Amino acid sequence: MGRYVARRLLQMIPVFIGATLLIFCMMYALPGDPVAALFGEKAPDPAQVAAIKHQLGLDLPLWQQYWNYLTGLFQGDFGTQIATQRPVADVISQAFPVTIRLTLFAFVFTVVAGILLGLISGLRADKAFDRVVLFFTLLLISVPSFVLGYFFQYLFAFQLGWTTPTVQNSEDLGQLLLPAIVLAGLSLAYVTRLTRTSVAENLRADYIRTAIAKGLPRRRVVGIHLLRNSLIPVVTFLGTDVGALMAGAVVTEGIFNVHGVGNTIFEALNRREGSTVVGIATLIVIVYLVASLLVDLLYAVLDPRIRYD
Amino acid sequence: MRGARTLQWSALAAAVALAATACGGGSDSGGSSASGKPEGYVSMFNGEPQHPLMPSDTNEKFGGYVIDALFTGLVAYDQKGGLINENAESVDSKDNKTWTVKLKKGWKFHDGTEVTAKSYVDAWNWMANVKNKQANSYWFGDIKGYEDVHPEKGDPKKDSMEGLKVVDDHTFTIELTDAVPYFEYKLGYKTFAPLPKSFYKDPKGFGQKPVGNGPYKFEKWTHNKLVQVKAVGSYKGSNKAKNKGIQFKNYSKVESAYQDALSGNLDLVDGVGPKDLPKRKADFGDRALDVPYAGTQSIVPTVYSKPFKDVDPKVLQGLSMGIDRKTITKTVLQGTRVPSTAFTPPQVRGYKKLDSDVLTYNPKKAKKLVKEGGGVPGNKIWIQYNADGGHKEWVTAVCNSITKSTGVQCVGDSKPDFQTDLNARQDNKVKGMYRGGWLADYPLNINFMQDLYKTGASTNYGRFSDKKVDELFEKGDHADSLEASVKDYQEAEKELAKKMPAIPLWDYAANIVHGEGIDGVKVGYDGNVLVTDITVK
Repeated sequence: MGRYVARRLLQMIPVFIGATLLIFCMMYALPGDPVAALFGEKAPDPAQVAAIKHQLGLDLPLWQQYWNYLTGLFQGDFGTQIATQRPVADVISQAFPVTIRLTLFAFVFTVVAGILLGLISGLRADKAFDRVVLFFTLLLISVPSFVLGYFFQYLFAFQLGWTTPTVQNSEDLGQLLLPAIVLAGLSLAYVTRLTRTSVAENLRADYIRTAIAKGLPRRRVVGIHLLRNSLIPVVTFLGTDVGALMAGAVVTEGIFNVHGVGNTIFEALNRREGSTVVGIATLIVIVYLVASLLVDLLYAVLDPRIRYD
Repeated sequence: MRGARTLQWSALAAAVALAATACGGGSDSGGSSASGKPEGYVSMFNGEPQHPLMPSDTNEKFGGYVIDALFTGLVAYDQKGGLINENAESVDSKDNKTWTVKLKKGWKFHDGTEVTAKSYVDAWNWMANVKNKQANSYWFGDIKGYEDVHPEKGDPKKDSMEGLKVVDDHTFTIELTDAVPYFEYKLGYKTFAPLPKSFYKDPKGFGQKPVGNGPYKFEKWTHNKLVQVKAVGSYKGSNKAKNKGIQFKNYSKVESAYQDALSGNLDLVDGVGPKDLPKRKADFGDRALDVPYAGTQSIVPTVYSKPFKDVDPKVLQGLSMGIDRKTITKTVLQGTRVPSTAFTPPQVRGYKKLDSDVLTYNPKKAKKLVKEGGGVPGNKIWIQYNADGGHKEWVTAVCNSITKSTGVQCVGDSKPDFQTDLNARQDNKVKGMYRGGWLADYPLNINFMQDLYKTGASTNYGRFSDKKVDELFEKGDHADSLEASVKDYQEAEKELAKKMPAIPLWDYAANIVHGEGIDGVKVGYDGNVLVTDITVK
């Protein structure tokens, strides 16, 4: 087990280097020059452009730029933004906590509400409650998140007046509730449906019948035997979903004016701020890797037949 | 318990990986207190300034608002494009080459030090220096000795321009390489600001915490959240603040700012998204304003492209007359633009309505002119635009209008973003026409022609070149007085209407919505809200 974890952690290193290299090359290949962009629609002053490029090392060949970036990274230096001249580490450390709060909130909501709803409707498959849940999750899946976002904004901020339309202070969890729910909407629907199907199916399995037959209390049958086996597909989904929640929040962040990672990377991409894009994308890649490692390890927790030795 | 042990390993693995990437770093969002706005302040929509807060490094709107609030230069423009003296007592020149600037006495920076001639001269020398990497450094290009501090290649030879001389504490002279009759107008641009002594100790820190001499004093800049400035009671300029301060709040989308204004969480938004345009009057009533300002949008043919190589100007005139500007501005653009009446907008000095019908919709004559001019090779034209700027709708409408009235096929050529669009223009790779936009740097007709249509001018991406036009520009640049110069350019504009280096479409209007709590919302020639005039009820 320990060796397995160590091996997986070591595997992250080539993935990390590969990911940064790929994104770095992609940024380089994009048309548009971030330094020329400093001058807006006006024609850039060549002497000034040359001076700025030289200072930032952007006049070097690609491989050298990448080498400088990597060596900087290992010293904790994420580079400097071209336009704002702020260290990228600053920019990231401002955006990440906001996103982490939002994502965690959305994630916890997805897990708790999704599994609970899925379990209940799975246990009562084809009853009224199940139908209602199926209908609403279908609705959540088919409605784009910006529609949901604007609808919630209209309903909760303007009609009911419970909250402000946008997030005024990203450290106030109460204000993050609305964007978190919108963000979690889609995953919630998937998790609910996955859990429901899985539970309904396993309910008919032999080992459940055995467990009931040997007289185990219902709580134990459902809570340990049924749920644990039913959660494997759900956990797989949740693992990849963490990354998607973090990076895919551009739309939701825009509607509720949350200045998180999604927005930052989008803006950086528009302005061709290479080091910012690579920095954030790399961090997200790492979140993905960690999440998938956790998922693999959780399989063993959930299903004793799976072993890593 | 096998399960429990596996769980421990999982937790450990996560911890190691996260620690290795030093994730979850300190959250220093700063100013974490509730989002409250101090009494008497005005909160308005803005975005994150894209550059450090330096007058010489700011050339976009978000930072521009803050810089204009913090700094006051020698002269400023009134709403009609006229000049008024601010920090300058007088700006005079006998030959348009050597300008003498006298400063008003008693002006102070916000750190208490006095604004002197040296504050200007030293600042300009620093800003122009190529080593200091200021985006607006080219503005000092008229001054004698600019090449010494800003050579085309290599390091600067000197650290000051010989054209700038301090005479006494409140007088300095500016000598230019060539006479520029309208130099005084240029002085109103924000980069010609003074800097206090404290700046030179830590230029980098200054960009995060600037000290100006303007109507407002810098209070705080919480990145991604807001910039807050406080009114200065002892300010001596004409644009003294009528409110207690401004909060420039950072929004990534105008739509969300609109929602906040609607619910009373925000006082003012200058910019309304397409989604909200149709309902802004219903939502805000007379608090929704559309104010035209000095900015134009045009479609520009490129002389190297297939459809427009050696094209007869008559064809371009025809295409121009085939566009139903009135209907498009009213319907597709929801009244956010005003049809152009000349190559220059009405808010600048020297504007004159074109004495010609080339900008008037006349499908019959349009068809005739295109035919007379020999048409377009392949009978097809392209209009290049950037897809991320909300231009698709009107480009399509303009294209339809052209095709309908002249029979020339017209299609939009969409580039994914502004960067790609600009790149194609700079590398002479536009297929036909491109979408051109120009906002006034200073409210003078010259600014709308010289940079765009002079042979080899920096922003002349259409690569238009015409001897007669160049001659008239040249004449205007060497005129004896500002009036004469403006007149010469008016002559040149008449010539432009014959040659059509661009097809002007419409002028911009600022779309503003504001809350009930404020009053006195006015707009300057550049489309920016005059924040100092806002009063809080």
